Formats: sequence, structure tokens, C-alpha cells
Amino acid sequence: MNIASLAPLAVVLPILGAALTFLLIRHSRAQRAVSIGLLSLTLLLECFLMAAVWDGGTVAVSIGGWIPPWGIVLVVDQFSSLMLVVSSAVSLAVLVYATGQGMADGDKDAPVSIFHPTYLILVAGVSNAFLSGDLFNLYVGFEILLTASYVLMTLGGTGPRIRAGVTYVVVSVVSSVLFLISIAMVYGATGTVNMADLAIKLGELDQGTKTLLHVMLLVAFGIKAAVFPLSFWLPDSYPTAPAPVTAVFAGLLTKVGVYAMVRTETLLFPGDTLNTPLMIAALLTMVVGILGALAQSDIKRLLSFTLVSHIGYMVFGLAMSSVVGLAAAIFYVAHHITIQTSLFLVTGLIERRGGSSSVDRLGGLAKISPLLAILFFIPGMNLAGIPPFSGFLGKVGLLQAGVELGTPLAYALVIGGVVTSLLTLLAVARVWNRAFWRRPADAEHPDPVLLAAAGQPVEGEVLDDDAPADRAGRTGLAAPVLSRAGSGGSSTLVRSTLMPRTMVGPTAGLVVLGMALTVFAGPLFGLSDRAAAEMLDRGPYIHAVLGEDVTVPAVGAPAGAGK
Amino acid sequence: MSINLALLLVMGALYACGIYLILERSLTRVLLGLMLLANATNLLILATGGYSGLAPMFSKDTAAGDYNDPLPQALILTSIVISFAVTAFMLGIIYRTWVLAREDEIQDDLEDLRVAETPSFDAEDDAEIPAETSEFPLTMLGGDGQDISDHRPGSGDDTSGGREAGARVHGGTATVLAGDREMPTEHAAQEEKPGSPNVKPSPEGGGQ
Repeated sequence: MNIASLAPLAVVLPILGAALTFLLIRHSRAQRAVSIGLLSLTLLLECFLMAAVWDGGTVAVSIGGWIPPWGIVLVVDQFSSLMLVVSSAVSLAVLVYATGQGMADGDKDAPVSIFHPTYLILVAGVSNAFLSGDLFNLYVGFEILLTASYVLMTLGGTGPRIRAGVTYVVVSVVSSVLFLISIAMVYGATGTVNMADLAIKLGELDQGTKTLLHVMLLVAFGIKAAVFPLSFWLPDSYPTAPAPVTAVFAGLLTKVGVYAMVRTETLLFPGDTLNTPLMIAALLTMVVGILGALAQSDIKRLLSFTLVSHIGYMVFGLAMSSVVGLAAAIFYVAHHITIQTSLFLVTGLIERRGGSSSVDRLGGLAKISPLLAILFFIPGMNLAGIPPFSGFLGKVGLLQAGVELGTPLAYALVIGGVVTSLLTLLAVARVWNRAFWRRPADAEHPDPVLLAAAGQPVEGEVLDDDAPADRAGRTGLAAPVLSRAGSGGSSTLVRSTLMPRTMVGPTAGLVVLGMALTVFAGPLFGLSDRAAAEMLDRGPYIHAVLGEDVTVPAVGAPAGAGK
Repeated sequence: MSINLALLLVMGALYACGIYLILERSLTRVLLGLMLLANATNLLILATGGYSGLAPMFSKDTAAGDYNDPLPQALILTSIVISFAVTAFMLGIIYRTWVLAREDEIQDDLEDLRVAETPSFDAEDDAEIPAETSEFPLTMLGGDGQDISDHRPGSGDDTSGGREAGARVHGGTATVLAGDREMPTEHAAQEEKPGSPNVKPSPEGGGQ
């Protein structure tokens, strides 16, 4: 009995929280306290879990005492515990941010009261997917988080959200059906759905069947992880959701897909049978994604495209199936969850402060709010991979692994990775130049909030052209802010509505967490190295689940390790 | 013991119809397609259980091989519950689409269309600006007090400024090359200003 056998609580606590917050649906204060308190408790527990397996040692917990090949197991190893900690830290920050937004806007009886239970169910689903040691339980974890995400995506039921939600739901359901078909086929071929058991039994199948099952699983996970050419649903559906929801989707949901791909590649189908197609997919994901980002003028859409593009880096690290590459990919996943989420949160703040998320309509934010500028600049540069930051370290790790592998395709990916990094810098710099550096007067059709906040007289001609009441009403925020700013110009009032401390605080916290990833990159890389070595070895995982006396089948020497 | 061929044929037919239906634009048909796919998958899982056998109720006298495999049925139950929930939710949003748009069709993304129609020329990025608009003009940069610009300070204000690179004079009006067409310099300068005559505001903001 050690601390790791408390792993099921990482799923149970959020579900319990969902039940409690659903009961408290009319008491928003108690609801907020319960959800934030329980999520913090979950995060604390997961930190203990990570500490327990930090130096190695995989722990399997059999649910209900059923012996593994038949019962359901939850498996805690370094990779899953790292993912749990990062995902819970990020979701806690987003929860505080969303709570702050709800409090600032004072919407008491909007459908937002179902936000808390749904959000906690989403967290439970993510934890379940990360912990699952059983293919079907992984499917259930996916379904829990997807069903919660459908509700969050269409929160409020406005036209654009419903339109985006339809695409999202249909694509997700199709990918789930594909996953279920693969599970059925895997079960038909081997007679088990336990992943450790599968690791042994799949090796005994003939190559053709193995490749078929492998491709089916990769396609199902590829849709969820938004790997090109299965990525087109993502930039279409994410930007319309509310800012905190987009942030948590961008940070977590695609990474769950990447996590499942990592498990498929390392545990179920080791070796390098599909590495070449995966590398080509990674290259195309990086390049096509970032080219899409360059064409966008809306910050949320631009970030969604960079999200797709940077999934390519993780697939690249995974496809090399060497310890160095996989370790860099693990580090990159942790880095990207934090950074992408903080960028979306900052975009939410930009939208409040400047009245729009389109770079054409923004300007002068660096002068209006230097804090906002810093909060955008640090993760922006981090995403682009500018030297001191963790994005740079992760990319260097990947490029090193690529050079070490030394095949022409690996070199092509190294070049593609550098080019993508530069284009990301270009995309981020365009946002910076327009939204932050130029004068507010240079913005096309700026929102009245922006001009009022800039302390400039609202130009009569602009408002005359555009029916001011209509425009102000659209943001819902502009009207009260404008009247307050106009009557006496008390800047504290403007600050408390436009940038409430409860929203800036969690954003700043995430930015600091992103910087902490840079400072503690050494220990983290050590952890990723050990995790990668254990996952490629497969022995610790299989022994932890099935017992010590099982012989682990030898893997065909992974490419890169042979030298 | 035999394989149930009818179930397999039904499964194939369900998959075929389901795939055909989800390729439609009408949301109700897409929903029906997804339901058919889910049910076909349930049949597939049932088929993976192997030959039919006795109900899996333990009795000492029955050999282990005579039982039916109970696990696929447990998986099917789970998947039925999940597809039920998703179907109910999808019906909800299809109804909402109908209420909002009076249309049972997948709608196009307006922002996508806007981005696709955006010309590759962008006044802010690409225009060759005839007059020096920077707050830190080049003329201030000479370290020894001498200016390093081609023209003297202040000359940007008079007409000679219009003859810089890229700007030409056609019959009295100075023009500037904007993408593949030429436009008068005043228009190019106005491009950036709010309320410019060249910019038609779209409901989403931006404009072209």
C-alpha cells in the first residue's frame, strides 16, 4: 500500500465534485468553492503520485480487486503522472479564470451554472484517459471528456457556437466509432483489451493483421490529436467557444490524443513499422498548420492553427522511436499544454480589453496595458522557441534526436521544424506589431472599448458610420464600460470590469508555470528521459500489471537505438 | 456452432448506409448515419465474441468452452449508453440549429470564407508608403549629426517626397503600386485610417 494506490481518486474526486456542484446549482458561491477546492485537492494528490514514481517504478491499481487480464487496471508511470499534474494545474488555472470571468460579468442565471459540473466531468475524463491501462477504459475516458466538451463547446447555444459544435460533435463521434471498431477488431484478434496483455499477444499476430490494427488505432487517435490530414475540424470549431473553454480544449484535448498515440506506438506496437508515414504526417502537420496560421487575422483562429502545427513536433518525436526523441516529445507535450493554454487565456483578456480578437481592429495595447503585453509576449516568444524558454529547449531536443537518427527524412523534418519555428515567430510577431505596438488610431474599425480605454476621444465619424449602440451592444461589455469611463473616467472601475484580478491572476500563474518549465527543464528532461526509456523497454509496465513472472517479448530493435 | 452470417450481412449493410448518410449535408441524415454506424459497430463487437454458446452462468458441470464470451456484451452495453447520450445531445443541437437558422443543413464558416477572400495585398504590410510616417525618421539616425537619408529633413512634406521608390506620378496624381494595381497615394494613405472610403466594413470587423 503506497501513495500510488490512491490513483483512482484522481478520477473519483472530480466526478464527486461534479455531483456536488450540480446539487449546488443555485448557490454559485458554494459551487465555486467546491469546484476549485476539489480540483486543488486532485492536483495535490497527483503531485504526490508523481513524486511516488519520480525515480522509476510503475504502479498498477486493479479496480475492485479483479486480477488484471480480466479486471480494469489504472496504471501510474512517469509519463502518465506528469501528464496528470500538468493537465490538472492547467485546468485549475482555467477554472479560476472562468470563475473570475463569471463573477466580473455577473451572469447569475445564465446557463453558465452548468459550467462547473461539466468542467469537472471533463477533468475526470482526461484523468481517466491518462491513467487507463485498458483499451476499452481508454475509450470510456475519451467519451467522458468528449461528451463534456460537447456541452462546453455549445455553451449558451448562440448561432456560431452551434454551427461549430455540429462539426465538432460529428467529427468526434466518427473518430470514437473508429476507435470502437478498432477495439472490436483488437478483441477479435487477441481476446483481450488489457494493454499490458495486448503488448504480449499482439506480438504473436502476423504482420498484416498487426499493421491493420495499428493503422486503425492511429487514425482514430490522429483525428483527436488533429494530425494532418485529419486536422481540419480543429481551427473550424475551437475559436467560437468561450475563451476559457477554448483554452482548456487547446491545452488538453489534443494532448490526450497524442498521449494515446504514444501508448499505441510504444506499448502496443513497438518497433518502427509505421515510422515513415508518421514522420511524413508530422512534417505536413507542422508546415500546413503554420501556413494556415499566417493567413488568419483573428488571434483565436491563428492560435488554433499554431496548435495544429505544433502537434507535428510531438508526432515527430514519437515517430523516431528513440529514447532521445521520445523524451523530447514528452517534454514538448508538457511545455505545449501550458503555453498554448496561457496564450488562449491572454487572448480572452485581449478580447475584453480591446473589444475584439481580430488583429485588424486592435492597436496600442502595449501602452494601454503593459501587463497584458508582458503576459502575451512571454508565452508568444516561448511558443516560437526563442532561446531561453522551454519551447526552445524542447525543439532543440527534438532536432538533436532527428540529427542523431540521421536518415534523409529525419533531416527533412529537422529543417521543417526550424522553418515552422520561424514562421511561428512571424505569426506571433504580426499579432504583436498590430495589436500591441501600433497606435490605437491605426486600427481599422476599432471597438469603442479600445478607444475609450486609450483615453482618446471616440471619433464621431467612426461611430456615425457604424451605429454605436449596435456595436456596443454586441460586445455586451462596451456600453456600461463606456458610460463609466465617460462619466468621470474612474480608471479603477474600468480596470475591475475589463481586467478583473481573478482573470489576470490565473493567466499570470500559467505564464509563470511556463517559465518554471524553463527553469526546471533539467529535472524535467531527466524525468522524460527515464519515462521514455521505460516506455520503450515496456518491461516495467507489463510487469507492474501482469506480475513479475511474465516474459516480455523482445522488441525488434527500435531505429536509432541500434547504433 | 456456426457463424451467424445474417448478423454479419446486416452489419455490412448498416455500415454502408451509415457512411452514405454521414456524407450528406442535412443534419438529420448525418445523425441517422451516426446511429447506424454505432449500431453496426455494436454488431461487430458481438461478432468478435466468437461462436454462440451457453449463457455465462457458472455451473460445475459445464466445460469452460461451452460458455458464451460475456465481455463483448458488457462492452456493447457501455457503447449503447454512450451512443444514446450523444444521439440525444445531437438531436438537441439540430433542433437549436433549426430554431436559429430555420435550416437543417451544415452551415459554412463565415470567417473561413472571409479569410479565403482576403486579397494577398495588405495595406499595412505591403503598401509602399510614399511619405515617411515613422515617428523615428531615418534622418535622425546619423551619429555625427549628419543625416543619412536621401533627402533633407522636411522634404517629405513637399511634392518631392512623392517621387521616392515605388511612387510614380501619372498625369498630376501620384500613384503607388499596390499589389498588381496602381492606386493614388491619398487612397493608399487612407487605407489605414478608420472610415476610409476604400474599406467596406464587414459585420465581423476587418474589411477590405
